[in-house]
Amino acid sequence: MRRDVFQAIADPTRRQIINMIAHQTLTPNGVADNFDVSRQAISKHIQILAECGIISIKQQGRERYCNVQPKKLDEVTDWLADFRKSWESRFDKLDGLLAEMQTSPKR
Amino acid sequence: MKNQTKITAEKGVQELFIRREFEAPRELVFKAFSDPELVLQWLGPCDMGMRIDYFDSRTGGSYRFIHTNAQGQEFAFNGVIHEVLEPERLIRTFEFEGLPERGHVVLETATFEALPDSRTKLTIQSVFRSVADRDGIVAAGMEYGVNDSHKKLDELLEKLVNQPA
Repeated sequence: MRRDVFQAIADPTRRQIINMIAHQTLTPNGVADNFDVSRQAISKHIQILAECGIISIKQQGRERYCNVQPKKLDEVTDWLADFRKSWESRFDKLDGLLAEMQTSPKR
Repeated sequence: MKNQTKITAEKGVQELFIRREFEAPRELVFKAFSDPELVLQWLGPCDMGMRIDYFDSRTGGSYRFIHTNAQGQEFAFNGVIHEVLEPERLIRTFEFEGLPERGHVVLETATFEALPDSRTKLTIQSVFRSVADRDGIVAAGMEYGVNDSHKKLDELLEKLVNQPA
C-alpha cells in the first residue's frame, strides 16, 4: 500500500488530527484527549500521518510532540492542478476540432 | 477568451465533476465524444500517442484505449458503455489498467446541455469506489503525470488551420 498525502486526508479523523496539530503542537495523548475513540486508534492514525510525511514526531525528553509539515499540506491544496491541466489541454484540442467541424463544407 | 475548465472535488466525497463550455452546438460536441475518429484527435494526453484497441460506441458497447509515451511505455484503460443517448448523455465505466490491483472502476456520466447561441455546456460526473480511490487515481495514475507543454495542441491547431477542410 502506498503511503502518501492523499491517503492521509482520505480519513475524516485524520483530517481532524491534521487540523488540530496545525494550530498547536501536541503529544499523541494530547491529540487522543480530543477524541472519543481509543488511544490506540489515534496512535495508529498518527503513525499513518507520520508515514505519509504530513506530520513529524519529535522526541523531547520523555515526551513526543507532533508537528505538521506545511510543505506536505501544499500538496493537498494543489492536488487537482495536474488533473485540471490535462483536461484543459484536451479541451483546448477539442475546441480546435469543433471549430474545424463547424467550418467544414461537409457539414 | 478561452472557456474555463472547472473541476469540483469536494473533500471526503467519492465523486468529482468536470465542467466546460464549448463554442459549438451540442450535436457536434456529442459527436466529438462518441465518434472514434474524432475521439482520437483530442483525447490523448499531450505528450503521448493514442490508439484505439476497440471502441464499440453504442449502448451496451465497450472500449479500450491505449496511450503510449515517448519511451514506448503503454497505458491502457477500458470500460463498458452503459448508455449513448444522442445528443444529451453518455454513461460509461472507466478502469485504468496500470493500477496495482484490478477492480478500481469509475462510473462516468457526461451530460451535454444546449446553451443559447449554439453553445454547449458539458458536465462529466465521475463516481469512484471510495474517497481514497478518487484521490489516489486522480493524483497518481489516471493522467500519467501529463507535463503540459501544449506542444501537441499547437501542432494540431496548426494542422487544422493549414489544412483545407
